[in-house]
Order: sequence, then structure tokens, then C-alpha cells
Amino acid sequence: MKIGAWKETTEGEARVAVTPSSATHLQKLGHEVFVQSGAGERAGFSDALYTGAGVTVLPTAEALAAAVDTVVKVRPPTEAELELLRPDQTIISFFYPGQNADLLERARAQGVNAIAMDMVPRISRAQKMDALSSMANIAGYRAVIEAANNFGRFFTGQVTAAGKVPPAKVLVVGAGVAGLAAIGAATSLGAQVHAFDVRPEVAEQIESMGAEFVFLDFQDSQDGAETGGYAKPSSPEFAAKQLEKFRELAPDMDIVITTALIPGRPAPKLWTADMVAAMKPGSVVVDLAAERGGNCDLTVPDERVVTDNGVIVIGYTDFPSRMAAQSSELYGNNIRHMIADLTPAKDGVVVHNMDDDVIRGATVTHRGEITFPPPPPKIQAIAAAKPKERPRELTVEERRANEHAAFRKQTRSQVGTLVVGAVVMLLIGLFAPASFLSHFIVFVLACFVGFQVIWNVAHSLHTPLMAITNAISSIVILGALLQIGSGSFWVVLLAALAVLMTAINIFGGFLVTRRMLAMFQKS
Amino acid sequence: METTVITTAPAAVLPVLPVLPAYAFTTATYVVSAVLFILALGGLSGQESAKRAIWYGIVGMALAVLATLFGPGWGNWWLSVIMIAIGAAVGVVLAKRVQMTEMPQLIAAMHSLVGLAAVFIGLNAQIELGRVIRARASEAVEPFHGFALMLAHKTPAEIAMLKIEVALGVFIGAVTFTGSIVAYGKLAGRIDGKPKKLKGGHMVNLGAALLSLLLMILYVTGWGPAMLWLLILLLIAGFIGWHLIMGIGGADMPVVVSMLNSYSGWAAAMIGFTLSNDLLIVTGALVGSSGAILSYIMCRAMNRSFISVILGGFGGEAGPAMEIEGEQVAIDAEGVAAALNDADSVVIVPGYGMAVAQAQQSVSELTRKLRDAGKEVRFAIHPVAGRLPGHMNVLLAEARVPYDIVMEMDEINEDFPDTDVVIVIGSNDIVNPAAQEDPNSPIAGMPVLEVWKAKNVFVSKRGQGTGYSGIENPLFYKENTRMFYGDAKKSVDALLPMIE
Repeated sequence: MKIGAWKETTEGEARVAVTPSSATHLQKLGHEVFVQSGAGERAGFSDALYTGAGVTVLPTAEALAAAVDTVVKVRPPTEAELELLRPDQTIISFFYPGQNADLLERARAQGVNAIAMDMVPRISRAQKMDALSSMANIAGYRAVIEAANNFGRFFTGQVTAAGKVPPAKVLVVGAGVAGLAAIGAATSLGAQVHAFDVRPEVAEQIESMGAEFVFLDFQDSQDGAETGGYAKPSSPEFAAKQLEKFRELAPDMDIVITTALIPGRPAPKLWTADMVAAMKPGSVVVDLAAERGGNCDLTVPDERVVTDNGVIVIGYTDFPSRMAAQSSELYGNNIRHMIADLTPAKDGVVVHNMDDDVIRGATVTHRGEITFPPPPPKIQAIAAAKPKERPRELTVEERRANEHAAFRKQTRSQVGTLVVGAVVMLLIGLFAPASFLSHFIVFVLACFVGFQVIWNVAHSLHTPLMAITNAISSIVILGALLQIGSGSFWVVLLAALAVLMTAINIFGGFLVTRRMLAMFQKS
Repeated sequence: METTVITTAPAAVLPVLPVLPAYAFTTATYVVSAVLFILALGGLSGQESAKRAIWYGIVGMALAVLATLFGPGWGNWWLSVIMIAIGAAVGVVLAKRVQMTEMPQLIAAMHSLVGLAAVFIGLNAQIELGRVIRARASEAVEPFHGFALMLAHKTPAEIAMLKIEVALGVFIGAVTFTGSIVAYGKLAGRIDGKPKKLKGGHMVNLGAALLSLLLMILYVTGWGPAMLWLLILLLIAGFIGWHLIMGIGGADMPVVVSMLNSYSGWAAAMIGFTLSNDLLIVTGALVGSSGAILSYIMCRAMNRSFISVILGGFGGEAGPAMEIEGEQVAIDAEGVAAALNDADSVVIVPGYGMAVAQAQQSVSELTRKLRDAGKEVRFAIHPVAGRLPGHMNVLLAEARVPYDIVMEMDEINEDFPDTDVVIVIGSNDIVNPAAQEDPNSPIAGMPVLEVWKAKNVFVSKRGQGTGYSGIENPLFYKENTRMFYGDAKKSVDALLPMIE
């Protein structure tokens, strides 16, 4: 099949949907690749680089549309662009079908098959084509870089000859992909990072990235996660509690990065004007939700605003495009994985398999029909967190009573065992000679010593342990040695054989153990 | 050498010490040896201290043997030395030649030697005892020395006790001997690994055990020909060992080997009682309890009671096993390599299949390449992976995989959700989610490695069949699992050139 990438027409969009390296992979799938001249210019990929990768460069969008079967791009197609397409041609791009009903209808009327990269279901298998995540990752990183650029201080704390510098305090609100990426970037710059999310299960992820989870003390704390791993709107009480916590944090924070989005809704207002007012001059707020109205009251989309008290509020909406080389690379890979799934036989023949969960989910128009919204995916993104049964807090008395009961039970079983053991010992003592009992003491003590010692043996050394105990158990050689010098021919013969066998064991056992132990090495 | 003439049965218990002048010196050496042995076992708590600990064991053993050779009761010095030399030569050759994958059968074979030695020593004790008793009965003047001399000083009560000890020592030794031979055969693949029992199953064992008890009583009470009873007891015990281990499936061999290890220790301790030798008692008890604890650890790792393992076979199923939906999806080496190249964190779960295919070197090479590419590679070892406790660790160590990236189940289980790629090489039951999800599964409740929580799981396996235990594994049907069919070594070798 022939696949071509258009040059983006949106103002300020620097990304491109096919890079020279992703083109190579597409060719391996049996496809022929085209780009419009200048498509990769702003992402740093010249036409010459494309030609070098075996890509045909065509001068205009029209020529490209005429030459290919499938058009790929980044931003949703404009109406003018849609008109260039023939019926049954396929377009793969971001589409936002929920917000762009008109565009969807137009694509249907044109008979164009549209695959929306933003509709790829969030299941494990589809992660490689999840463009939203790969772009969010870049946005999160870039948000920190923009913040650092506008923040007139170090991120990392330093003690220098010229004085002490405290580390910057960063608050990340919303720990999705972008939030986690921001946490990672900010911690690696040396900042102290706090992060908040309505989904309690991400606390672990936040902590794994090196940030501190802002814990909200809320009775019957609700689970803010919905299918697909996205957040859902919170209850008014919860929201109020949340704002109260932010208000408390605001004066301390140098950098605030908000990434809170709920699918299909305007961004929730989380960082209110009074919080901005409470912040120190020179602090920075980066609002990654600016495109959907922003999490901060003072956000102006695509603008950098300085408030009266000197707080900088950044509302850029083109963070991925600001790192066009990187984001084109990743988006190009997402596209190529999508196309790889569309050509299962790797022979350049596209099979638009509407039974496939991923392809079905991402396809928004197909053969003159609108196929949005898709049926719910068969598999959930994250297994629904099991409702945690928190054991009832026991009162002090109850706990004490429980402990007491457990202690008594333990005492009873121990005393019971001891009594039984003592009775057995007494019975033995009644009949057994004294010399036996003196050996028996040694035996029992040795059992105890062995019991204590072996518990500490590392699991990985269990095989050497078997080999060495095997060698040591050959101590029966002493018996044979004691007997070999006494008595009849039979005794000497049997004892000699026993000495032979145990000697094999001693030498074999110790040597093998040594061989094994010598192999264990640190990296 | 001290010789004493016994004329009549001793009127009073003669203290042993004055009779054997060098006894104190030997005993002192034994104390040192015993302490060294304890240190040797205790030192195995870490890889580095273990390298020192082994020398404690060697020195302890050398001291004990030397002290005995030069101590009281020695005789036939040259014969002993020659026998030790021959044994040493054989042992050294064996230890040098053995492949690390053959370690389980080697250890099983060595247990059988200890068992047989214990039997011989027990028989000798009876022969000598017979001589002493005959001498007492005939009131003949007979020179005794060494072991027989010690017997000659025993009171009738002590002799009865001695007989109990001899009978037990012979019994345990014989069970260890035949049991270890069967275990060796199964591990080496010379005997079919499937559990086999005679008709009557455990009733046969029970009958044989009761018969043994009867023979022991006959032997101890001195009714009839003592030596004959002992020999019959020996045969029956041998039969029990054979039948018991034949009835246990190959998958339970880790428990069996450590159990036999324990038996060989108890046999040594019994012989110690017989010979009134405290070092033997201490060492035997150490080895015995060590093996018992290892068996217990293994059983706990499989969530099964020791009894059910020893009696063989899995317990009866409580209900129908859960239906498994979906199908096994195969993948080729290219697909696996692509996933590995994309991954940041990789966990490898080796199992018996890796040992069978001798794939540890290839796996190590794969690990090295992935680590050179800056990826985090770790190994997850289930306590019962392989055929011997710690079997996988030894194989990986042989292939020069650093031990600090080899993790135990508890250390790594919670990291699986953050892992990009898990490669399961020749293991099955230890990664079976049915243990957690299906209460009717025969392995329900057994702790398993939760590999299915990782993003991608690749299972290297020879074919679609079930594993050793014959249980269906739902892991193979999961959405994020791909089956990488083929011999483990060939499969991993195919991956190597494709890792960037």
C-alpha cells in the first residue's frame, strides 16, 4: 500500500507523522512511503533525509493525496484537507471525534475511513500506538523545562561559598502520563516534588517516581478511577477538601504543574485565583490543561501571563510541538505500530479488521458509516482495584485482649509440648541407661542448633547446603575407622568398604560445594 | 594399643575414660570439629561468607578423621589410609566431571553412599556385639581392642539400648540407600519420573513398617538369631525406601532429595549413639535437622503438607477446574527480540526446562547483551524451581550471571506490574495464575510468581502440553502472553543476534 504524510497546516505545528526512521519500518511492512515536500522541515527532517530513506517526496498536498491510499498526519484534518481525499481513502491522525462531530459527519459523507489516534483503547496490547500517552509524556517533560526556564532560581538545593540555596518545591496535580513525566523530570533536576491525584491507586506510581503523594484525609475516600485508567469527576465534598489542601500548600510551592483532565469534559478548576495570589513572586504555574480551559483560573491559552503579584502562569498548548523532533519520532512510531497492526501479514496488504479491539476502537468512520463511539473494550486498562477491606480499628482494650489471648494460646501450646516432651524423656530415663542419656542431651541440643542455623541460610545457597551437609554427614567415616581395626574379617571388610564410600562422599561433596560457591559472583 | 582381658561379665560399670588414655585428646578435637561444622552451615547465610564457611567444613572433617586415625581404637592404619586415598581419587574425579545440571542426581547418589555406609557400620556393630556376647557366655579369655573393647564394657541395659540404636541405624540407612538410588534414577532419567506404586499402595508400606517394628523387637529382645533378624530388617527397609520414592512424582524431587539428606543425617546420629561418639551425634543431628527444615521450606513453597508429598501424588481435586478461555498465541524470535529491544525492565523466570535444554549459558549471554544495552535485567527464582532446592541459582551462577540480580519470589513479586517484559523459560506450575484464581485447582494457594501482571510475557516452551504436574496453565491463554515454542536453548540462541 502507499502511505503518505501531509505537511501540517495548523499554525505553529511543527510535528510530522512520518520520520525517515519510521518510514524504514513502514517499508519493511511492504508499504511505499510518500511525504509532502517540507513536511518534516520544522521537526528537523529535510526532504533530502526522506529521499535518503527511500521516501518519495511530492511537491503538494494534492499530489500526495492523489498518489497514496492512506494519508497520515498529526492534527485533525481541516475541512479543506478532507476535500482532497477520495472515497475509501484512509486517514490516520488525531481526530477528537467527541468534540468534532461536524468533521466526523463530513468524513462520513466523503466516504473516507478515519482512524483516530486519540481513540486507541488503553489496553496493554495497544500501548505501542497510544499517541496520547507518548505526547503527554513529552508535554510533562517540557512543562518542567518551561517552568525552569521561567523560574529565576535553581531547582536543586545547593550549599555554596556564596550562600545556601533551598531546593525548589514543585507540586504536580494529576498523575497521569504527563504528570508522572513531569515528576520524573522535576526530581531529576533536583526539586522536591509533591504530587496529587484523585485516584488513590496511583500513589504508588507517584512514590516510585520519587515524589511525595499529597495525602487527602477524606472519609470513605472515593475511588476516582474509571474504565480506561482515566479520572472521573469527584463529588463536591471531595472537591472542596481537595481545594482546601491546595490552598494550604500554595504559599510553599515554587512551581505548580497542573495536568488534570477528565475525558470529554472541560478541565476542572483546581488552582484558583486566590491560590495564585498566595504564591510567592517569581513562582511559576504551568497549566497543561490550557487547551480545555485550564486547571488554573488565570490561564490564558497559548499565553504566558504575569500576575500582579509576580506569578507567571503559562498556558501554552503546543508543548509536544515545541519538541518537534522528539515528538515526531514518537508519534511516527505510534503510527507505524498502528499500520503494523493493520497489515498483519507484513505484505503491504491492509486488512481493516473491525473485529480487532484496537482497530475497532480507533476507527471512527468506516465505509460511509460513523463507527463512533465504539463498543466498550473487552478488557479494562487496569484491573479494577479490589475494594480494600480495611479491618476495623480495634480499640486499645480489644487489641490488648487479642494480644493476651494470642499470648496465652502460644504459652499453652508451648507448655503442652514441653510437658509431653518431658514425660517422654522421663519414660526414656526410666529404662535407658545413664550413658545413653548423656549422649541424648548432646543430640537434642545439636538438633536445636541445626534448627536455628539452617533458617538463616540464603535460599540461593540451598543446593550448596545440600552438598555440604552431604559431605558432613559422611562423618560416619569415624564409625568405620573405629571398627576397621577390630575383630573379624567381615568387620574389616565392611568397615573398609564404608571408609571407601564415605571418603568418596567427603572429597566429592566438599569439592562440588566449592565449585558451586566459586561460581557465585557479584556484578 | 590397649588390650584388656575380660574374664567374667563386668561386676560394675567401668568408667570408660581411664580405659582409653587418648580419649580426652580425641574428644577435644571433636569439640573443635563440631563447632567448625556448625560454623560451616551457618556461614551459608551469604554468598561471600559461604566461601569461607566451606573451609571450616573441610578443616573440621580433616581434624575429625585425623584425631580418629591417631586416637584410641585405631587399627589397620594402612588399610584405612589406602581406602581414603582411593575414595578421595574417585570423589575428586566425580566432582570435577559433573555438570552443574547433573547436580541433583549427584547429590542423590551421594546420599545413597552415606546410607549404605551407615548400614555396614550397623552390621559391624552387631558382629562385634555377637563376639563380645559369645565371649561373655563362654567365659573365654579373649583379647578385645578398639570398638569391641568398648562394647565389652557395656552393661546389659546399655547393650539393649545399643541394639535399639543399631536397628534404627540400619533401618534408616537402608531406607536412605534404596530411596536415594531411586531418586538418582528418576533425576537422571533412568527411571520413569511418573509415580508408581505396587498394588495396595500405602498399605504395603504400612505392612512393611509393622513387620520392621516386629523384627526390631525380636532383635532387641535377643530372641532367636539376632543377625538374621537384622538382615531381614535390612531387606524390608530397603524395600520401603524403594517403594516410597517410586511413588513420588518427579516434580516433588526437591522435597525428596532434601528429605533423604535429612535421613542420612539421622542415620549418622544413630550410628553415633551406637558408637557413643558425640561428634557423630552432633553432626548427624545438624544434617538431619537441616534436611528436615529444607523439606519444610520446600513444602511450604508448594503450599502442601509434608505428609502429602511423602505419600505421593496431589490431593484429590475438590471440584471441576476453572474453564480457560482464549487461545495460546504463538510468536517468533523476531517478535520477542523487538519487545526486548523496546523494554526497559526485563525479568527472566527460569525453570526445569532451562536445565534440561542446558540453556543457562545462552540465557546468561542474553542477559549480558540486554544489560549492556542499559536495560534492567533480573531473574525471579521460585523456591521449588528445578529439581533441587536452589537448583536454578547454581545453574545461573555457573553461567556467570551475577547473583545480585537473581531475586527470590518475595523480593520480586511486587515488581511485576512495573516490568515490561517477562521471559518464562521452561517453567510452568510456578507461574500458574490458577493457584490464586481457581480455588478448585490442585495447586490452589501455592505461592506463585505473578508474571501475568507484567506488560508482556513470553513463554519459552517445547510444545502445548501441560507441565510436570499435568495442570492446565491459564497464563498461556492471557491477553499479554505470547508462546515462544521450541527448545529453550535454540530459542534463546535465535534471539541473541537480534538484540541491539
